Amino acid sequence: MATGADAAEHTSSGMPQLNFETFPNQIFWLAIALVIMYFVLSRIALPRIGSVLEDRHNTIANDLEQANNLKRKAEEAEEAYNKALADARAEANRIAEATKADIKKDIDAAVAKADAEIAAKVAESEAQIAEIRKSALKSVEDVANATTEDIVNAILPGSADAKSVKAAITSRLKG
Amino acid sequence: MAETAESGGFNIHPMDQFEVKSLFGGDIAFYTPTNVTLWLGLAILATVLLLVVGSRGRALVPTRTQSVAELTYGFIRNMIEDITGKEGLKYFPYIMTLFMLILFGNALGLLPYSFTFTSHIAVTAFLAVLVFVAVTILGFVKNGAKFLGLFWVSDAPLVLRPILAIIELISYFVRPVSHSIRLAGNMMAGHAVIKVFAGFAGALGLGAVAPIVAIVAVYGLEALVAFIQAYVFTILTCVYLKDALHPGH
Repeated sequence: MATGADAAEHTSSGMPQLNFETFPNQIFWLAIALVIMYFVLSRIALPRIGSVLEDRHNTIANDLEQANNLKRKAEEAEEAYNKALADARAEANRIAEATKADIKKDIDAAVAKADAEIAAKVAESEAQIAEIRKSALKSVEDVANATTEDIVNAILPGSADAKSVKAAITSRLKG
Repeated sequence: MAETAESGGFNIHPMDQFEVKSLFGGDIAFYTPTNVTLWLGLAILATVLLLVVGSRGRALVPTRTQSVAELTYGFIRNMIEDITGKEGLKYFPYIMTLFMLILFGNALGLLPYSFTFTSHIAVTAFLAVLVFVAVTILGFVKNGAKFLGLFWVSDAPLVLRPILAIIELISYFVRPVSHSIRLAGNMMAGHAVIKVFAGFAGALGLGAVAPIVAIVAVYGLEALVAFIQAYVFTILTCVYLKDALHPGH
């Protein structure tokens, strides 16, 4: 390996890395390659990739923000819906209460009217019953008079005195 | 190594693959197109295919190639930002240049019959010295004389400080050496080992199961090393850059 440095005419006998004759050539082409590479990267490749990454970053940030907005809107809508639902429920309750009160009033009135009618009917019926009873009592008296007269006539023909019989019966009935 | 090959009776020349050859014959002057030129060009082509052609769709939802390009971009950018902070991002294009050139130099060098320019000390030393010089100039431009504070360990006892300063100074100047030899040595050793096993396989003929298994294993390792060494070279560049931007411990 020590021969590598001076092995000019036979390079394969040592390390080609130590053949200094090729150094200017390698360095020359390397410098050119570095310059080309640097310009390709700094002018084209890196700005382009950088802008793509930034665009993507912005897009994602925008999308996230939009999603948040939409979520907030959805929450607001849900809140409004719940509020409307509660309002409607309260209104329905109120209407139900009012209707119930109305119906109760109607029922009370109807009951009162019915009671009055019933009372009137009862009074009427009682009057009728009293009259019927009075006429029935009168009939009983008449039947008793007639029967008594007939009986008295049968036992003692011609002795029946309607006036006295009636008086006797009346006193009897009262007794 | 050539000697052992000759004494073993095998016709193995593991170092031949590293030879710099003129593409069209003739002597090698500094401007002659050589296999170095060819494989540097192919590394640039591969970089262009990945980073420029791969990202040409500018798709919001990336294609596979664009995704790889973006991952590479993010990988190096985050590395610079983590190590040097925001002010290091100014040097992102050059560090990316280094990474892509070394990565594809290493990776393309793994193709059979290819040439690995990163196995050459001339190439890696040039890259390392460039980094070293640039970082040193940058350190003095950004911090003036305070950059020398890098060598003056202010939280050590006063007696030790001159000794530490000398050690720090030596280690500072050894940086480009270790920086470049680490890469070239890794590349050269791996490729030479593969070539040696390939020589065994050729010598053993059809029964060469063990060398082929060994080649597969070493090749897998080398694929890993190709990436890791590009990464190491880049991360060390970042560390040196950090020292220039923020000297002091």
